[in-house]
Amino acid sequence: MSHFILKRILSALVGLLGVISLVFLLIHLIPGDPIDVMLGESALTADREALRQNLGLHLPLYEQWWNYMTALVQADFGQSLFSGRPIVDLLLERIPATVHLSFIALVIALTMALPLGLVAATRQHSIYDYGSMGFALFGMSIPNFWMGPLLILVGALWLGWFPVSGREGWNAVILPALTLGTAMAAILARMIRSSLLEILGEDFLRTARAKGLSSMRAILTHALPNALLPVLTLLGLQLGGLLGGAVITETVFAWPGLGLLMIEAIQQRDYPVVQAAVLCISMTYIVVNLITDLLYAWLDPRINWQNPS
Amino acid sequence: MRLWLPLGILLTWALLAIGSHVLPLTPNTIDLTHILIGPDQNSWLGFDELGRSIADRLITGASTSFFVALSVVALGILIGGILGIASGYFSGWVDQIFVRIVDIMLAFPGLLLAIALAGALGPGIENVILALVIVGWVGYARLARGQVLALKHADHVVAAQAMGASPWRIMGKHLLPLITAPLIIEASFGIASAIIAEAGLSFLGLGVQPPEASWGSMIRDGTRYMLVAPHLVLIPGLTLMAVVLAANLLGDWLRDWLDVKEQKLMR
Repeated sequence: MSHFILKRILSALVGLLGVISLVFLLIHLIPGDPIDVMLGESALTADREALRQNLGLHLPLYEQWWNYMTALVQADFGQSLFSGRPIVDLLLERIPATVHLSFIALVIALTMALPLGLVAATRQHSIYDYGSMGFALFGMSIPNFWMGPLLILVGALWLGWFPVSGREGWNAVILPALTLGTAMAAILARMIRSSLLEILGEDFLRTARAKGLSSMRAILTHALPNALLPVLTLLGLQLGGLLGGAVITETVFAWPGLGLLMIEAIQQRDYPVVQAAVLCISMTYIVVNLITDLLYAWLDPRINWQNPS
Repeated sequence: MRLWLPLGILLTWALLAIGSHVLPLTPNTIDLTHILIGPDQNSWLGFDELGRSIADRLITGASTSFFVALSVVALGILIGGILGIASGYFSGWVDQIFVRIVDIMLAFPGLLLAIALAGALGPGIENVILALVIVGWVGYARLARGQVLALKHADHVVAAQAMGASPWRIMGKHLLPLITAPLIIEASFGIASAIIAEAGLSFLGLGVQPPEASWGSMIRDGTRYMLVAPHLVLIPGLTLMAVVLAANLLGDWLRDWLDVKEQKLMR
Protein backbone atom coordinates (compact mmCIF):
# COMPACT_ATOMS: atom_id res chain seq x y z
CA MET A 1 0.00 0.00 0.00
CA SER A 2 2.80 2.38 0.90
CA HIS A 3 4.28 1.78 -2.55
CA PHE A 4 1.08 2.97 -4.23
CA ILE A 5 0.76 6.00 -1.96
CA LEU A 6 4.36 6.95 -2.62
CA LYS A 7 3.93 6.59 -6.36
CA ARG A 8 0.76 8.64 -6.39
CA ILE A 9 2.28 11.40 -4.25
CA LEU A 10 5.35 11.48 -6.48
CA SER A 11 3.26 11.91 -9.61
CA ALA A 12 1.28 14.67 -7.90
CA LEU A 13 4.56 16.41 -7.12
CA VAL A 14 5.68 16.17 -10.75
CA GLY A 15 2.33 17.64 -11.79
CA LEU A 16 2.77 20.40 -9.25
CA LEU A 17 6.23 21.21 -10.58
CA GLY A 18 4.83 21.47 -14.10
CA VAL A 19 1.94 23.63 -12.99
CA ILE A 20 4.25 26.01 -11.13
CA SER A 21 6.54 26.25 -14.16
CA LEU A 22 3.61 27.02 -16.46
CA VAL A 23 2.30 29.67 -14.10
CA PHE A 24 5.81 31.10 -13.95
CA LEU A 25 5.85 31.35 -17.74
CA LEU A 26 2.50 33.16 -17.74
CA ILE A 27 4.18 36.54 -17.25
CA HIS A 28 6.32 35.90 -20.33
CA LEU A 29 3.22 35.29 -22.46
CA ILE A 30 2.30 38.95 -22.17
CA PRO A 31 2.85 40.38 -25.64
CA GLY A 32 5.65 42.95 -25.79
CA ASP A 33 7.46 44.10 -22.66
CA PRO A 34 5.53 43.01 -19.54
CA ILE A 35 6.83 46.11 -17.75
CA ASP A 36 5.08 48.33 -20.32
CA VAL A 37 1.82 46.47 -19.78
CA MET A 38 2.03 46.65 -15.99
CA LEU A 39 3.15 50.26 -15.61
CA GLY A 40 1.85 51.83 -18.80
CA GLU A 41 4.09 53.25 -21.49
CA SER A 42 4.26 56.69 -19.90
CA ALA A 43 6.02 55.42 -16.77
CA LEU A 44 9.39 56.89 -15.81
CA THR A 45 12.47 54.98 -16.90
CA ALA A 46 13.69 54.77 -13.31
CA ASP A 47 10.39 53.21 -12.15
CA ARG A 48 10.48 50.74 -15.01
CA GLU A 49 14.02 49.66 -14.21
CA ALA A 50 13.15 49.40 -10.51
CA LEU A 51 10.22 47.08 -11.27
CA ARG A 52 12.33 45.06 -13.71
CA GLN A 53 14.96 44.58 -11.00
CA ASN A 54 12.32 43.86 -8.41
CA LEU A 55 10.63 41.14 -10.50
CA GLY A 56 14.02 39.87 -11.66
CA LEU A 57 12.97 40.16 -15.31
CA HIS A 58 16.48 41.22 -16.34
CA LEU A 59 17.90 37.81 -15.36
CA PRO A 60 18.17 34.83 -17.72
CA LEU A 61 15.01 32.72 -17.81
CA TYR A 62 16.40 29.70 -15.92
CA GLU A 63 17.65 31.96 -13.15
CA GLN A 64 14.23 33.64 -12.91
CA TRP A 65 12.64 30.20 -12.72
CA TRP A 66 15.00 29.09 -9.98
CA ASN A 67 14.36 32.28 -7.96
CA TYR A 68 10.62 31.80 -8.39
CA MET A 69 10.81 28.22 -7.10
CA THR A 70 13.01 29.01 -4.11
CA ALA A 71 10.77 31.92 -3.14
CA LEU A 72 7.69 29.70 -3.40
CA VAL A 73 9.21 27.10 -1.10
CA GLN A 74 9.43 29.85 1.51
CA ALA A 75 5.79 30.80 0.80
CA ASP A 76 6.99 34.09 -0.67
CA PHE A 77 4.77 35.18 -3.56
CA GLY A 78 6.22 38.67 -3.78
CA GLN A 79 4.27 41.89 -3.49
CA SER A 80 1.19 43.20 -5.20
CA LEU A 81 2.06 45.87 -7.78
CA PHE A 82 -1.24 47.59 -7.11
CA SER A 83 -1.45 47.76 -3.31
CA GLY A 84 2.15 47.01 -2.43
CA ARG A 85 1.05 44.44 0.13
CA PRO A 86 2.59 40.97 0.40
CA ILE A 87 0.61 38.62 -1.84
CA VAL A 88 0.53 35.94 0.85
CA ASP A 89 -1.62 38.25 2.99
CA LEU A 90 -3.99 38.88 0.08
CA LEU A 91 -4.35 35.13 -0.49
CA LEU A 92 -4.94 34.38 3.18
CA GLU A 93 -7.64 37.06 3.29
CA ARG A 94 -9.49 35.57 0.32
CA ILE A 95 -9.13 31.82 0.89
CA PRO A 96 -11.83 31.51 3.61
CA ALA A 97 -14.50 33.02 1.33
CA THR A 98 -13.72 30.62 -1.53
CA VAL A 99 -13.62 27.60 0.79
CA HIS A 100 -16.94 28.68 2.32
CA LEU A 101 -18.58 29.08 -1.10
CA SER A 102 -17.18 25.81 -2.53
CA PHE A 103 -18.22 23.84 0.54
CA ILE A 104 -21.82 25.06 0.50
CA ALA A 105 -21.95 24.55 -3.29
CA LEU A 106 -20.71 20.99 -2.81
CA VAL A 107 -23.36 20.30 -0.15
CA ILE A 108 -26.06 21.70 -2.43
CA ALA A 109 -24.77 19.67 -5.38
CA LEU A 110 -24.82 16.42 -3.40
CA THR A 111 -28.26 17.00 -1.87
CA MET A 112 -29.64 17.61 -5.35
CA ALA A 113 -27.71 14.92 -7.21
CA LEU A 114 -28.19 11.94 -4.86
CA PRO A 115 -32.01 11.81 -4.92
CA LEU A 116 -32.11 12.69 -8.62
CA GLY A 117 -29.65 9.97 -9.58
CA LEU A 118 -31.25 7.45 -7.24
CA VAL A 119 -34.77 8.03 -8.53
CA ALA A 120 -33.64 8.08 -12.16
CA ALA A 121 -31.79 4.77 -11.81
CA THR A 122 -34.41 2.87 -9.80
CA ARG A 123 -37.26 4.03 -12.04
CA GLN A 124 -35.41 3.79 -15.33
CA HIS A 125 -37.39 4.97 -18.41
CA SER A 126 -40.11 6.43 -16.19
CA ILE A 127 -41.27 10.01 -16.13
CA TYR A 128 -39.03 10.52 -13.05
CA ASP A 129 -36.02 9.32 -14.97
CA TYR A 130 -36.68 11.61 -17.92
CA GLY A 131 -37.50 14.47 -15.57
CA SER A 132 -34.29 14.26 -13.58
CA MET A 133 -32.11 13.65 -16.62
CA GLY A 134 -33.78 16.55 -18.42
CA PHE A 135 -33.03 18.71 -15.41
CA ALA A 136 -29.43 17.48 -15.49
CA LEU A 137 -29.07 18.38 -19.15
CA PHE A 138 -30.41 21.86 -18.45
CA GLY A 139 -28.12 22.26 -15.45
CA MET A 140 -25.14 21.37 -17.63
CA SER A 141 -26.10 23.83 -20.34
CA ILE A 142 -26.91 26.87 -18.18
CA PRO A 143 -23.76 28.96 -17.94
CA ASN A 144 -23.22 30.28 -14.40
CA PHE A 145 -22.76 33.85 -15.63
CA TRP A 146 -26.38 33.67 -16.77
CA MET A 147 -27.85 31.64 -13.93
CA GLY A 148 -26.24 34.01 -11.38
CA PRO A 149 -27.95 37.16 -12.70
CA LEU A 150 -31.26 35.26 -13.01
CA LEU A 151 -31.06 34.17 -9.36
CA ILE A 152 -30.23 37.74 -8.35
CA LEU A 153 -33.26 38.98 -10.30
CA VAL A 154 -35.66 36.51 -8.67
CA GLY A 155 -34.16 35.90 -5.22
CA ALA A 156 -32.74 39.34 -4.45
CA LEU A 157 -34.55 41.94 -6.54
CA TRP A 158 -38.09 40.53 -6.80
CA LEU A 159 -38.42 38.49 -3.61
CA GLY A 160 -35.83 40.37 -1.57
CA TRP A 161 -34.88 37.22 0.37
CA PHE A 162 -31.15 37.41 -0.28
CA PRO A 163 -28.57 40.18 -0.66
CA VAL A 164 -27.68 41.06 -4.26
CA SER A 165 -23.95 40.63 -3.72
CA GLY A 166 -21.13 40.55 -1.19
CA ARG A 167 -20.66 38.30 1.84
CA GLU A 168 -22.66 40.15 4.51
CA GLY A 169 -25.12 38.01 6.47
CA TRP A 170 -25.54 34.25 6.72
CA ASN A 171 -27.77 33.97 3.66
CA ALA A 172 -25.47 35.79 1.24
CA VAL A 173 -23.85 32.48 0.31
CA ILE A 174 -27.08 30.83 -0.86
CA LEU A 175 -27.42 32.36 -4.34
CA PRO A 176 -23.77 32.00 -5.40
CA ALA A 177 -23.62 28.47 -3.98
CA LEU A 178 -26.83 27.56 -5.82
CA THR A 179 -25.33 28.92 -9.05
CA LEU A 180 -22.16 26.93 -8.60
CA GLY A 181 -23.83 23.81 -7.19
CA THR A 182 -26.45 23.30 -9.91
CA ALA A 183 -23.99 22.65 -12.72
CA MET A 184 -22.11 20.21 -10.53
CA ALA A 185 -25.34 18.51 -9.41
CA ALA A 186 -26.27 17.97 -13.05
CA ILE A 187 -23.05 16.13 -13.87
CA LEU A 188 -23.09 14.16 -10.60
CA ALA A 189 -26.70 13.08 -11.05
CA ARG A 190 -25.92 11.66 -14.51
CA MET A 191 -22.91 9.85 -13.11
CA ILE A 192 -24.76 8.45 -10.08
CA ARG A 193 -27.53 7.20 -12.35
CA SER A 194 -25.26 5.35 -14.78
CA SER A 195 -23.13 3.98 -11.97
CA LEU A 196 -26.19 2.71 -10.09
CA LEU A 197 -27.72 1.19 -13.23
CA GLU A 198 -24.58 -0.87 -13.70
CA ILE A 199 -24.66 -2.12 -10.10
CA LEU A 200 -28.40 -2.84 -10.09
CA GLY A 201 -27.87 -5.65 -12.60
CA GLU A 202 -25.31 -7.43 -10.41
CA ASP A 203 -25.90 -10.87 -8.88
CA PHE A 204 -25.22 -9.82 -5.29
CA LEU A 205 -28.13 -7.46 -5.42
CA ARG A 206 -30.50 -10.21 -6.54
CA THR A 207 -29.15 -12.31 -3.68
CA ALA A 208 -29.85 -9.53 -1.22
CA ARG A 209 -33.40 -9.25 -2.53
CA ALA A 210 -33.82 -13.05 -2.40
CA LYS A 211 -32.74 -13.03 1.23
CA GLY A 212 -35.79 -10.90 1.89
CA LEU A 213 -34.35 -7.40 2.02
CA SER A 214 -36.77 -4.69 0.97
CA SER A 215 -35.76 -3.19 -2.35
CA MET A 216 -35.21 0.19 -0.69
CA ARG A 217 -32.85 -1.34 1.84
CA ALA A 218 -31.04 -3.38 -0.79
CA ILE A 219 -30.45 -0.26 -2.83
CA LEU A 220 -29.38 1.92 0.06
CA THR A 221 -27.08 -0.54 1.85
CA HIS A 222 -25.84 -2.76 -0.97
CA ALA A 223 -26.01 -0.84 -4.23
CA LEU A 224 -25.38 2.75 -3.27
CA PRO A 225 -22.02 2.31 -1.51
CA ASN A 226 -20.70 0.45 -4.56
CA ALA A 227 -22.14 2.97 -6.96
CA LEU A 228 -20.69 5.92 -5.13
CA LEU A 229 -17.08 4.74 -5.45
CA PRO A 230 -16.60 5.81 -9.09
CA VAL A 231 -18.55 8.96 -8.27
CA LEU A 232 -15.91 9.83 -5.70
CA THR A 233 -13.21 10.10 -8.36
CA LEU A 234 -15.47 12.23 -10.49
CA LEU A 235 -16.16 14.43 -7.52
CA GLY A 236 -12.45 15.20 -7.26
CA LEU A 237 -12.24 16.00 -10.96
CA GLN A 238 -15.43 18.03 -10.83
CA LEU A 239 -13.95 20.16 -8.11
CA GLY A 240 -11.68 21.57 -10.80
CA GLY A 241 -14.74 22.71 -12.69
CA LEU A 242 -16.16 24.07 -9.45
CA LEU A 243 -13.02 26.06 -8.74
CA GLY A 244 -12.83 27.38 -12.30
CA GLY A 245 -16.53 28.24 -12.26
CA ALA A 246 -16.04 29.94 -8.91
CA VAL A 247 -14.00 32.62 -10.66
CA ILE A 248 -17.02 33.64 -12.74
CA THR A 249 -19.57 33.11 -9.95
CA GLU A 250 -17.53 35.18 -7.50
CA THR A 251 -17.36 37.95 -10.09
CA VAL A 252 -21.13 37.88 -10.63
CA PHE A 253 -21.88 38.10 -6.90
CA ALA A 254 -18.86 40.24 -5.88
CA TRP A 255 -18.00 37.37 -3.51
CA PRO A 256 -14.61 38.29 -1.99
CA GLY A 257 -12.78 35.04 -2.77
CA LEU A 258 -9.70 33.97 -4.73
CA GLY A 259 -11.55 34.08 -8.05
CA LEU A 260 -12.58 37.69 -7.63
CA LEU A 261 -9.03 38.50 -6.50
CA MET A 262 -7.76 37.02 -9.75
CA ILE A 263 -10.19 38.96 -11.95
CA GLU A 264 -9.46 42.20 -10.10
CA ALA A 265 -5.75 41.57 -10.53
CA ILE A 266 -6.17 40.92 -14.27
CA GLN A 267 -8.05 44.21 -14.61
CA GLN A 268 -5.32 46.04 -12.67
CA ARG A 269 -2.57 44.25 -14.67
CA ASP A 270 -1.22 43.06 -11.32
CA TYR A 271 0.32 39.92 -12.80
CA PRO A 272 2.19 38.63 -9.72
CA VAL A 273 -1.18 38.43 -7.96
CA VAL A 274 -2.76 36.69 -10.99
CA GLN A 275 0.04 34.12 -10.91
CA ALA A 276 -0.35 33.56 -7.17
CA ALA A 277 -4.14 33.14 -7.40
CA VAL A 278 -3.91 30.69 -10.31
CA LEU A 279 -1.24 28.75 -8.46
CA CYS A 280 -3.24 28.67 -5.24
CA ILE A 281 -6.39 27.35 -6.95
CA SER A 282 -4.51 24.81 -9.09
CA MET A 283 -2.57 23.51 -6.10
CA THR A 284 -5.82 22.94 -4.23
CA TYR A 285 -7.11 21.03 -7.23
CA ILE A 286 -4.04 18.79 -7.36
CA VAL A 287 -4.15 18.09 -3.61
CA VAL A 288 -7.88 17.32 -3.65
CA ASN A 289 -7.42 14.89 -6.53
CA LEU A 290 -4.56 13.22 -4.70
CA ILE A 291 -6.75 12.82 -1.62
CA THR A 292 -9.72 11.42 -3.58
CA ASP A 293 -7.44 8.92 -5.32
CA LEU A 294 -5.96 7.75 -2.03
CA LEU A 295 -9.42 7.69 -0.43
CA TYR A 296 -10.75 5.63 -3.32
CA ALA A 297 -7.98 3.09 -2.95
CA TRP A 298 -8.50 2.95 0.79
CA LEU A 299 -12.29 2.54 0.53
CA ASP A 300 -12.31 -0.12 -2.18
CA PRO A 301 -11.12 -3.45 -0.79
CA ARG A 302 -10.91 -4.88 -4.32
CA ILE A 303 -7.92 -2.78 -5.27
CA ASN A 304 -4.76 -4.80 -5.41
CA TRP A 305 -2.12 -2.88 -3.49
CA GLN A 306 0.83 -4.45 -5.27
CA ASN A 307 -0.40 -3.43 -8.66
CA PRO A 308 -3.26 -0.98 -8.56
CA SER A 309 -4.26 0.05 -12.03
CA MET B 1 -37.03 14.74 -32.89
CA ARG B 2 -33.94 14.00 -30.82
CA LEU B 3 -31.86 14.76 -33.86
CA TRP B 4 -33.84 17.34 -35.78
CA LEU B 5 -34.43 19.89 -33.03
CA PRO B 6 -30.76 20.26 -32.03
CA LEU B 7 -29.68 20.10 -35.67
CA GLY B 8 -32.19 22.80 -36.56
CA ILE B 9 -30.96 25.08 -33.78
CA LEU B 10 -27.33 24.58 -34.73
CA LEU B 11 -28.06 25.16 -38.43
CA THR B 12 -29.93 28.37 -37.64
CA TRP B 13 -26.97 29.45 -35.53
CA ALA B 14 -24.55 28.74 -38.37
CA LEU B 15 -26.76 30.44 -40.98
CA LEU B 16 -27.19 33.56 -38.84
CA ALA B 17 -23.44 33.64 -38.17
CA ILE B 18 -22.65 33.49 -41.87
CA GLY B 19 -25.59 35.73 -42.73
CA SER B 20 -24.43 38.42 -40.29
CA HIS B 21 -21.82 39.40 -42.85
CA VAL B 22 -24.35 39.96 -45.63
CA LEU B 23 -27.49 41.11 -43.82
CA PRO B 24 -27.99 44.88 -43.45
CA LEU B 25 -27.43 44.86 -39.67
CA THR B 26 -26.74 47.88 -37.49
CA PRO B 27 -25.54 46.31 -34.23
CA ASN B 28 -23.51 49.36 -33.17
CA THR B 29 -25.91 52.14 -34.14
CA ILE B 30 -26.82 54.12 -31.02
CA ASP B 31 -30.33 55.55 -30.90
CA LEU B 32 -31.07 57.43 -27.71
CA THR B 33 -34.82 57.55 -28.40
CA HIS B 34 -35.07 53.76 -28.05
CA ILE B 35 -33.18 53.17 -24.79
CA LEU B 36 -34.22 49.99 -22.92
CA ILE B 37 -37.42 49.53 -24.94
CA GLY B 38 -38.71 45.99 -24.60
CA PRO B 39 -39.87 43.71 -27.40
CA ASP B 40 -42.95 45.09 -29.16
CA GLN B 41 -44.55 45.00 -32.62
CA ASN B 42 -41.98 47.39 -34.12
CA SER B 43 -38.89 45.52 -33.06
CA TRP B 44 -39.24 41.89 -32.13
CA LEU B 45 -36.45 41.80 -29.52
CA GLY B 46 -36.28 45.39 -28.31
CA PHE B 47 -33.33 47.70 -27.68
CA ASP B 48 -30.47 47.84 -25.17
CA GLU B 49 -29.18 50.53 -22.80
CA LEU B 50 -27.78 52.56 -25.72
CA GLY B 51 -30.80 52.04 -27.93
CA ARG B 52 -29.01 49.49 -30.10
CA SER B 53 -31.11 46.76 -31.73
CA ILE B 54 -30.87 43.58 -29.66
CA ALA B 55 -31.83 41.41 -32.63
CA ASP B 56 -28.93 42.79 -34.67
CA ARG B 57 -26.51 42.39 -31.76
CA LEU B 58 -27.73 38.85 -31.16
CA ILE B 59 -26.97 37.90 -34.76
CA THR B 60 -23.54 39.55 -34.62
CA GLY B 61 -22.96 37.69 -31.35
CA ALA B 62 -23.88 34.45 -33.12
CA SER B 63 -21.13 35.15 -35.61
CA THR B 64 -18.62 35.74 -32.79
CA SER B 65 -19.48 32.53 -30.98
CA PHE B 66 -19.61 30.54 -34.23
CA PHE B 67 -16.22 31.76 -35.38
CA VAL B 68 -14.61 31.12 -31.98
CA ALA B 69 -16.22 27.70 -31.41
CA LEU B 70 -15.39 26.46 -34.89
CA SER B 71 -11.77 27.68 -34.77
CA VAL B 72 -11.17 26.32 -31.28
CA VAL B 73 -12.56 22.88 -32.05
CA ALA B 74 -10.90 22.63 -35.49
CA LEU B 75 -7.48 23.71 -34.23
CA GLY B 76 -7.84 21.58 -31.09
CA ILE B 77 -8.62 18.45 -33.12
CA LEU B 78 -5.85 19.17 -35.60
CA ILE B 79 -3.13 19.71 -32.99
CA GLY B 80 -4.43 17.23 -30.43
CA GLY B 81 -5.21 14.60 -33.07
CA ILE B 82 -1.80 14.69 -34.73
CA LEU B 83 0.14 14.73 -31.44
CA GLY B 84 -2.08 12.09 -29.85
CA ILE B 85 -1.91 9.68 -32.78
CA ALA B 86 1.85 10.09 -33.20
CA SER B 87 2.50 9.71 -29.49
CA GLY B 88 0.35 6.61 -29.19
CA TYR B 89 1.83 5.03 -32.30
CA PHE B 90 5.53 5.66 -31.69
CA SER B 91 5.45 5.17 -27.88
CA GLY B 92 8.89 5.23 -26.22
CA TRP B 93 10.33 8.44 -24.79
CA VAL B 94 8.29 10.69 -27.09
CA ASP B 95 5.17 9.20 -25.60
CA GLN B 96 6.53 9.53 -22.05
CA ILE B 97 7.14 13.25 -22.48
CA PHE B 98 3.77 13.68 -24.16
CA VAL B 99 1.93 11.95 -21.31
CA ARG B 100 3.70 14.20 -18.80
CA ILE B 101 2.70 17.35 -20.67
CA VAL B 102 -0.90 16.19 -20.91
CA ASP B 103 -0.93 15.36 -17.19
CA ILE B 104 0.33 18.81 -16.33
CA MET B 105 -2.23 20.52 -18.54
CA LEU B 106 -4.98 18.44 -16.96
CA ALA B 107 -3.75 19.36 -13.49
CA PHE B 108 -5.18 22.84 -14.09
CA PRO B 109 -8.86 23.54 -13.77
CA GLY B 110 -9.46 24.19 -17.51
CA LEU B 111 -11.52 27.35 -17.32
CA LEU B 112 -9.12 28.86 -14.78
CA LEU B 113 -6.17 28.38 -17.12
CA ALA B 114 -8.13 29.86 -20.02
CA ILE B 115 -9.01 32.93 -17.95
CA ALA B 116 -5.39 33.37 -16.84
CA LEU B 117 -4.10 32.95 -20.41
CA ALA B 118 -6.65 35.36 -21.83
CA GLY B 119 -5.72 37.80 -19.07
CA ALA B 120 -2.03 37.60 -19.94
CA LEU B 121 -2.47 37.67 -23.71
CA GLY B 122 -4.81 40.63 -23.54
CA PRO B 123 -8.35 41.05 -24.87
CA GLY B 124 -9.43 40.29 -28.43
CA ILE B 125 -11.05 37.46 -30.31
CA GLU B 126 -7.75 35.97 -31.58
CA ASN B 127 -6.40 35.75 -28.05
CA VAL B 128 -9.60 34.10 -26.85
CA ILE B 129 -9.16 31.46 -29.56
CA LEU B 130 -5.48 31.01 -28.69
CA ALA B 131 -6.22 30.62 -24.96
CA LEU B 132 -9.01 28.12 -25.58
CA VAL B 133 -6.92 26.08 -28.02
CA ILE B 134 -4.01 25.91 -25.55
CA VAL B 135 -6.43 24.52 -22.96
CA GLY B 136 -8.59 22.47 -25.32
CA TRP B 137 -6.21 20.42 -27.51
CA VAL B 138 -5.29 18.18 -24.56
CA GLY B 139 -8.66 16.43 -24.45
CA TYR B 140 -8.51 15.44 -28.13
CA ALA B 141 -4.88 14.39 -27.79
CA ARG B 142 -5.59 12.09 -24.88
CA LEU B 143 -8.58 10.59 -26.65
CA ALA B 144 -6.64 10.02 -29.90
CA ARG B 145 -3.69 8.47 -28.04
CA GLY B 146 -5.93 6.12 -26.08
CA GLN B 147 -7.71 4.98 -29.24
CA VAL B 148 -4.45 4.43 -31.12
CA LEU B 149 -2.97 2.44 -28.23
CA ALA B 150 -5.97 0.13 -28.39
CA LEU B 151 -5.81 -0.20 -32.19
CA LYS B 152 -2.16 -0.30 -33.08
CA HIS B 153 -1.80 -4.05 -32.66
CA ALA B 154 -4.90 -4.75 -34.76
CA ASP B 155 -4.36 -7.20 -37.61
CA HIS B 156 -4.76 -4.69 -40.41
CA VAL B 157 -2.13 -2.40 -38.87
CA VAL B 158 0.33 -5.26 -38.41
CA ALA B 159 -0.36 -6.34 -42.00
CA ALA B 160 0.32 -2.83 -43.27
CA GLN B 161 3.56 -2.74 -41.30
CA ALA B 162 4.58 -6.10 -42.75
CA MET B 163 3.97 -4.76 -46.24
CA GLY B 164 6.38 -1.96 -45.51
CA ALA B 165 3.96 0.95 -45.21
CA SER B 166 5.53 4.05 -43.72
CA PRO B 167 4.41 5.11 -40.21
CA TRP B 168 2.77 8.21 -41.69
CA ARG B 169 0.78 6.13 -44.12
CA ILE B 170 -0.34 3.75 -41.37
CA MET B 171 -1.36 6.59 -39.10
CA GLY B 172 -3.19 8.47 -41.83
CA LYS B 173 -4.78 5.63 -43.76
CA HIS B 174 -5.22 2.85 -41.23
CA LEU B 175 -5.61 4.48 -37.84
CA LEU B 176 -7.13 7.92 -38.45
CA PRO B 177 -10.32 6.63 -40.13
CA LEU B 178 -10.99 4.36 -37.16
CA ILE B 179 -10.73 7.09 -34.56
CA THR B 180 -12.71 9.81 -36.33
CA ALA B 181 -16.02 8.72 -34.78
CA PRO B 182 -14.99 9.27 -31.14
CA LEU B 183 -13.26 12.50 -32.14
CA ILE B 184 -16.43 13.79 -33.80
CA ILE B 185 -18.47 13.01 -30.67
CA GLU B 186 -15.89 14.81 -28.55
CA ALA B 187 -15.93 17.74 -30.98
CA SER B 188 -19.66 18.21 -30.60
CA PHE B 189 -19.29 18.50 -26.80
CA GLY B 190 -16.24 20.67 -27.48
CA ILE B 191 -18.40 23.11 -29.43
CA ALA B 192 -20.76 23.42 -26.46
CA SER B 193 -17.95 24.16 -24.03
CA ALA B 194 -16.19 26.54 -26.44
CA ILE B 195 -19.39 28.59 -26.80
CA ILE B 196 -19.75 28.81 -23.01
CA ALA B 197 -16.05 29.61 -22.59
CA GLU B 198 -16.11 32.41 -25.19
CA ALA B 199 -19.22 33.95 -23.65
CA GLY B 200 -17.70 33.53 -20.18
CA LEU B 201 -14.48 35.29 -21.13
CA SER B 202 -16.44 38.07 -22.82
CA PHE B 203 -18.61 38.30 -19.71
CA LEU B 204 -15.45 38.86 -17.66
CA GLY B 205 -14.34 41.53 -20.12
CA LEU B 206 -11.48 39.37 -21.45
CA GLY B 207 -13.03 38.49 -24.79
CA VAL B 208 -14.48 40.54 -27.57
CA GLN B 209 -14.09 44.25 -26.89
CA PRO B 210 -16.89 46.84 -27.09
CA PRO B 211 -18.65 47.86 -29.20
CA GLU B 212 -18.37 44.42 -30.86
CA ALA B 213 -21.17 42.11 -29.73
CA SER B 214 -20.81 38.81 -27.92
CA TRP B 215 -23.58 37.00 -26.06
CA GLY B 216 -21.40 37.05 -22.95
CA SER B 217 -20.79 40.79 -23.01
CA MET B 218 -24.49 41.40 -23.78
CA ILE B 219 -25.37 39.53 -20.58
CA ARG B 220 -22.77 41.46 -18.60
CA ASP B 221 -23.94 44.87 -19.87
CA GLY B 222 -27.56 43.87 -19.28
CA THR B 223 -27.14 42.90 -15.61
CA ARG B 224 -26.98 46.58 -14.64
CA TYR B 225 -30.49 47.17 -15.99
CA MET B 226 -31.99 43.89 -14.88
CA LEU B 227 -34.80 45.35 -12.78
CA VAL B 228 -36.07 47.76 -15.45
CA ALA B 229 -35.23 45.77 -18.58
CA PRO B 230 -34.78 42.04 -17.87
CA HIS B 231 -34.96 41.28 -21.59
CA LEU B 232 -31.39 42.54 -21.93
CA VAL B 233 -30.19 39.53 -19.92
CA LEU B 234 -32.91 37.03 -20.79
CA ILE B 235 -32.63 37.16 -24.58
CA PRO B 236 -28.89 36.52 -25.05
CA GLY B 237 -28.93 34.00 -22.17
CA LEU B 238 -31.79 31.95 -23.62
CA THR B 239 -30.14 32.00 -27.04
CA LEU B 240 -26.82 30.90 -25.59
CA MET B 241 -28.46 28.12 -23.62
CA ALA B 242 -30.45 26.88 -26.61
CA VAL B 243 -27.34 26.56 -28.76
CA VAL B 244 -25.29 24.92 -25.99
CA LEU B 245 -28.13 22.52 -25.21
CA ALA B 246 -28.40 21.67 -28.91
CA ALA B 247 -24.67 20.91 -29.16
CA ASN B 248 -24.83 18.73 -26.03
CA LEU B 249 -27.90 16.89 -27.33
CA LEU B 250 -26.22 16.34 -30.68
CA GLY B 251 -23.20 14.89 -28.86
CA ASP B 252 -25.45 12.53 -26.86
CA TRP B 253 -27.26 11.50 -30.01
CA LEU B 254 -24.03 10.92 -31.95
CA ARG B 255 -22.65 8.80 -29.14
CA ASP B 256 -25.73 6.56 -29.12
CA TRP B 257 -25.92 6.38 -32.89
CA LEU B 258 -22.26 5.54 -33.47
CA ASP B 259 -22.39 2.91 -30.72
CA VAL B 260 -25.36 1.20 -32.33
CA LYS B 261 -23.61 1.16 -35.67
CA GLU B 262 -20.58 -0.45 -34.11
CA GLN B 263 -22.71 -3.16 -32.53
CA LYS B 264 -24.36 -3.92 -35.86
CA LEU B 265 -21.00 -4.27 -37.53
CA MET B 266 -19.81 -6.71 -34.91
CA ARG B 267 -22.71 -9.08 -35.36
